[in-house]
Amino acid sequence: MTTTTQDLAGGGRSTFSPLWVLQDAIAVAGRNLIAYRRIPQLLVFSTIQPVIFVLMFRYVFGGAIKVPGTSYVDYLMPGIFVQTVVFGAMAAAIGLATDLKSGLLERFRSLPMARSAVLAGRTLADLVRNVFVAVLMSAVGFAVGFRVHTNVLAFIAGLALVLLFGYVLSWIFATLGLAVGDPETAQAASFPLMAPLVFASSAFVPVESMPGWLQVFAEHQPVSVTASAVRALVLGGPTTSYVLQSLAWSALILAVFVPLAVGRYRRAV
Amino acid sequence: MTKAVAVEGLSRKFGDVVALDNINFEVPAGTVMGLLGPNGAGKTTTVRVLGTILSPDRGRAEVLGHDVVREAREVRSLIGLAGQYAAVDPNLTGAENLRLIGRLVHLQRRDVEPRARELLDRFGLEDAADRPVRTYSGGMRRRLDLAAALVHRPPVLFLDEPTTGLDLQGRSDLWDMIRELVTDGTTVLLTTQYLEEADRLADRVAVVDGGRLIVNDTPAALKGKLGNTVIEMGFANEAVAIQAHTRLTGSFGDGVEREGTMIRQKSDDGARLLMNVLRSLDEEGFEPASLAVREPSLDDVFLSLTGRHAEDASKQQLTGASSG
Repeated sequence: MTTTTQDLAGGGRSTFSPLWVLQDAIAVAGRNLIAYRRIPQLLVFSTIQPVIFVLMFRYVFGGAIKVPGTSYVDYLMPGIFVQTVVFGAMAAAIGLATDLKSGLLERFRSLPMARSAVLAGRTLADLVRNVFVAVLMSAVGFAVGFRVHTNVLAFIAGLALVLLFGYVLSWIFATLGLAVGDPETAQAASFPLMAPLVFASSAFVPVESMPGWLQVFAEHQPVSVTASAVRALVLGGPTTSYVLQSLAWSALILAVFVPLAVGRYRRAV
Repeated sequence: MTKAVAVEGLSRKFGDVVALDNINFEVPAGTVMGLLGPNGAGKTTTVRVLGTILSPDRGRAEVLGHDVVREAREVRSLIGLAGQYAAVDPNLTGAENLRLIGRLVHLQRRDVEPRARELLDRFGLEDAADRPVRTYSGGMRRRLDLAAALVHRPPVLFLDEPTTGLDLQGRSDLWDMIRELVTDGTTVLLTTQYLEEADRLADRVAVVDGGRLIVNDTPAALKGKLGNTVIEMGFANEAVAIQAHTRLTGSFGDGVEREGTMIRQKSDDGARLLMNVLRSLDEEGFEPASLAVREPSLDDVFLSLTGRHAEDASKQQLTGASSG
């Protein structure tokens, strides 16, 4: 033996401070973000899709959809912001399933690093990507005639609410990705989860146009209340109830899925 | 001598499949232990338990005196783990992969870059350092994977089938690198399906089958039981093979095995035995349709220890089992 625990050259440590967890999470997030730089198609295709939605709903379906008290483009864009982060959350499922399959998670789990860092880093990277996409979608929205009727602060608050919602969704999809353990399956399993959330919601059409039984779900589910909260923030009107409902959903999802995802991560091989 | 690894009564099931069944062994510090066995024998499960990835159902395992379950955190700072899948990020460059690991194991900030470069040089990857790993060959990925396991200078290294899937040159390069680590004092536990690999690298070899450790000995002793060479003859049909077998058993004793049209004979003195065998067959007018002289393989070890082929053992294990 020439090497012992003591002369590990700073590699060994037996205690974890919150700072270390944060440093590890940032290192992992940086690693996940490099993928967007190396494979620009990833980002291009994930942003083209919401842009197509904007154009399609604005110019194709929009004429046939009547919304009370506002122009359709103003109604649409808050819905688009939410829809974009919902679809984007799939990246967490695919990314973690890929890392699980390739054995990278096994490597991370054998390292003397903070255990929560891989999931925290993954979701942090998704958040950074969502900031970029939100700015881009705002620009697209303004280009097609979307206007903020309140003020800049309310608009930023609306985007912040969307980003928070996108962040908590990453934890649901992280759990899914770790549970299925295969990127193709993760992608296939994500859609049935996202479709009812996005389409059976007030994101694109008022829920009043839906059959009664569906309205009950559509009115209270998280995508709808978040879209409604953003609408209230940027178009004016009472905001408190919707914002609180959206925050409550986010808190509930975090409370359920953070432990589930962490549990999956600990057992994943 | 210090025990780098101590495994006692280790057992683990996946559902109804017994992956590990009361495994016991020790690896003295500074030595190399080879775990030899077919797919599904329990090699990977053993490494995963030692690597703090899986917990055992029963029994315990220690690395340099630290329990892998209760003191997992300490164990992680003492071990390096390199798996059979080359767990590196294909989107990152080689240097970025090593810097990421350097940051995650909390090297001093100023040491991260030099340590990455040092390892890239050592593993012959300096020219490819700034290329995304997706452009690497299989051998280069394996070397980077091994380098990634060494970033925090762990005194104990677990290598799960480090050369599976590599060509001869890649395999021999990796063997040299592992030997160099051992010279520097690193303790190595490696799993392999190749008897030759265990023979070249390991001080002791443990043969595992169906989750059980069936023998633990030096490579020399293991091979001594088998003979250094194996002669294999194929005959045109089984009737001829049976007659030839009877003839050879008469001349050379019980070491001659027949399986269908194949006759297999082990020997410590390959060349002389071969001449005698062929002469004996020629006298009776038997002519083998095929003839091979080779070193004993894992399959031979298996056959002599268990009476089964390694491949059959692996099939049997894999039915219903997802993890090796």
